[in-house]
Amino acid sequence: MRHTLSVLVENKFGVLTRVSGLFSGRGFNIDTLNVAPTQDPTLSRMTIVVKGDDATLEQIIKQLDKLVDVVKIQDFRDGEYVDRELVLVKVGADSKTRSEIMQICDIFRAKIVDVGHKSLTVEITGDESKINAFLGLMEPFGIRELTRTGKVAMPRK
Amino acid sequence: MRGADIVVRALEREGVEVVFAYPGGASMELHQSLTRSKKIRVVLPRHEQGGVFAAEGYARATGRAGVVMATSGPGATNLVTGVADAYMDSVPLVVITGQVPTKMIGRGAFQETDVFGLSAPIVKHSYLVMNTEDIPRIIKEAFYIAQTGRPGPVWIDIPKDVQQGSCVPVFPEQVHLRGYNPDRKIDPIAVQEIAGLIEKSERPVIYAGGGIISANASRELIEFVEKTNIPITTTIMGIGAIPADHPLSMRWLGMHGTVTANYAVDKADLLLAFGVRFDDRVTGKVSEFAKHGTIVHIDVDPSEINKNKVAHLPVVSDIKYALQELNKVVKGKEFKAWHAQINEWKQKYPFRYRVTEEVLKSQYVREFLQGNIHEIIMPQYVIEVLSELTNGEAIITTGVGQHQMWAAQFYRFKHPRTFLTSAGLGAMGYGYPAAMGAKVAHPEREVIDIDGDGSFLMNIQELATAHIEHIAAKAVVLNNQHLGMVVQWEDRFYQSNRAHTYLGDPDNPHQIYPDFVAIAKGFNVPAERIFRKSEVRPALERMLAAKEPYVLDVIVPYTEHVLPMIPSGKTVRDIIIDEPAGADLGGMGGL
Repeated sequence: MRHTLSVLVENKFGVLTRVSGLFSGRGFNIDTLNVAPTQDPTLSRMTIVVKGDDATLEQIIKQLDKLVDVVKIQDFRDGEYVDRELVLVKVGADSKTRSEIMQICDIFRAKIVDVGHKSLTVEITGDESKINAFLGLMEPFGIRELTRTGKVAMPRK
Repeated sequence: MRGADIVVRALEREGVEVVFAYPGGASMELHQSLTRSKKIRVVLPRHEQGGVFAAEGYARATGRAGVVMATSGPGATNLVTGVADAYMDSVPLVVITGQVPTKMIGRGAFQETDVFGLSAPIVKHSYLVMNTEDIPRIIKEAFYIAQTGRPGPVWIDIPKDVQQGSCVPVFPEQVHLRGYNPDRKIDPIAVQEIAGLIEKSERPVIYAGGGIISANASRELIEFVEKTNIPITTTIMGIGAIPADHPLSMRWLGMHGTVTANYAVDKADLLLAFGVRFDDRVTGKVSEFAKHGTIVHIDVDPSEINKNKVAHLPVVSDIKYALQELNKVVKGKEFKAWHAQINEWKQKYPFRYRVTEEVLKSQYVREFLQGNIHEIIMPQYVIEVLSELTNGEAIITTGVGQHQMWAAQFYRFKHPRTFLTSAGLGAMGYGYPAAMGAKVAHPEREVIDIDGDGSFLMNIQELATAHIEHIAAKAVVLNNQHLGMVVQWEDRFYQSNRAHTYLGDPDNPHQIYPDFVAIAKGFNVPAERIFRKSEVRPALERMLAAKEPYVLDVIVPYTEHVLPMIPSGKTVRDIIIDEPAGADLGGMGGL
């Protein structure tokens, strides 16, 4: 099962090593990981998306909680949180396809941030399903490069 | 004050009386400062691994954090085994290493190793100190973290320029760690529930572990046992939590534990698991373990709950507090049929040994005893006599292997913190340095390493430390010229094919090799070797009378197996029990 973990940590060096080590030591691959300071600059928030069986994840969550530098940990379930991801994608585009791509971008409220002779660079923000739908539509034009921030999440209440 | 002086002052403020420290380029500043301390004794081990095992021995014997120090690079990497051991067995340790100067970090400097990265999976917490001003806070936190909750090792890596830097230190009185809360207490509802479960049960068993020792909760445990009249078994880590001879004790359980304890857990309708982690050497096939019983699991570490075995009633709590609360409400029952059953097993299946056919036919008997089978020294016998001569009062350490299991089986421990063994990690070479550490902590007590020839050789250089520092730790080496436990597995599971398990000299198998007596002589440590059963008692008496370190090399047959045995991953139904046939030349009767 896929889990989205929100981990509040001390903003200190080495915390990422400790956190990621708990996954790598168990042979778990982290799908996405995002870290940045919170409104309190001494704390950072990590959003980790990881797949795995529930029992192992329960153990990893407890081990994370044991780390001295981990202040709080939440395991989000569907519907309990809002999430967004930002993606930059460079799509092949020529005079024939450019307008079609721009139309799709309009529908998805994606922004074109760079235009070249043979490509367009698009910025899109959204939840997982929106991003996947958009990237699916971009596929036929040829995705040249792709970079994504990974999911950031926050509880609804 | 200079950074190195601040480190030493901070250690003094924590009440540290001894550090086991091996100097080097990146830690010599600390050593210079240590020469000026009037409170801290520095013991110089002859290998950093000896130092860290000694610090562990000190910590296990006292409950206070052991302190070990080493230089960067190889000094630090040589500590890794001991730190991993402390992590597995929840031993409080403060590890301090020098590091190359901050400007040199990451440049592949001489003796540079990424200690932070290296140690991450085997420490409770770690620090790389980047500012001299941070030293007092970090050392305060390190001791607090190491010694509270579930204890463990904390590693502090201090670059040389941070040791050399100066500041006006501010020594904090309090620790503020918002991500760390070791204060866990059972709630009153759970206390009532447990009391109710005991009330309803017919066949309850207590399964107690190292958590009892760590929490200094032995007294509370015994009170609980006696109040409830529930039979108890401990893990190897829990040995000493209750005296071996206590009428309700079934001794220890697991792979080489008593048949009684393993049967009882299997038949139990209620398993009270206190300060344990359902280790595979205890459970065998975990799905079959205690499967007829309701499991109550109390542990101070939330991550132990449901890790290996799902508990019906999980409780996160300091076990000492939990037992105090339970002792206020629990009532005893007769459990008459249950005790009758357990006593029957106890009668039928004591720890025992005999001289087997293999021993009688062995080269050992032909060559060393000239066929005199009455002089065969069974390794278990040596431990029995030692237990008798010391009245179960000595602090015993061990290496890892058969001798370790026999020490646990045949020494009759009375007190907590008297059986110091590398249980989780199973680190050979642990015994002698750990004995030194325990002896430093308790110079008035007898401290004896029961060791094997393989394990003893792994840290034999520490005889130098013991001699120079006047640490009268003794060693009894049960020398069978083999890696006995691996030989046992070869016999059981690999058709006795010997795969590099012979430690003697293949070019001269008639001679004992290596010559521990000669080696000890080189260290100026008195030593003797014995071959004959009639020599065991007087030789042990001479060893015990010695006021200095002493090595007793006891030549024993290698064909002996540790029994009973539940093979790895199997269940209590697969238990291998010694068949009481053949010559009965062993010991002093069943145990």
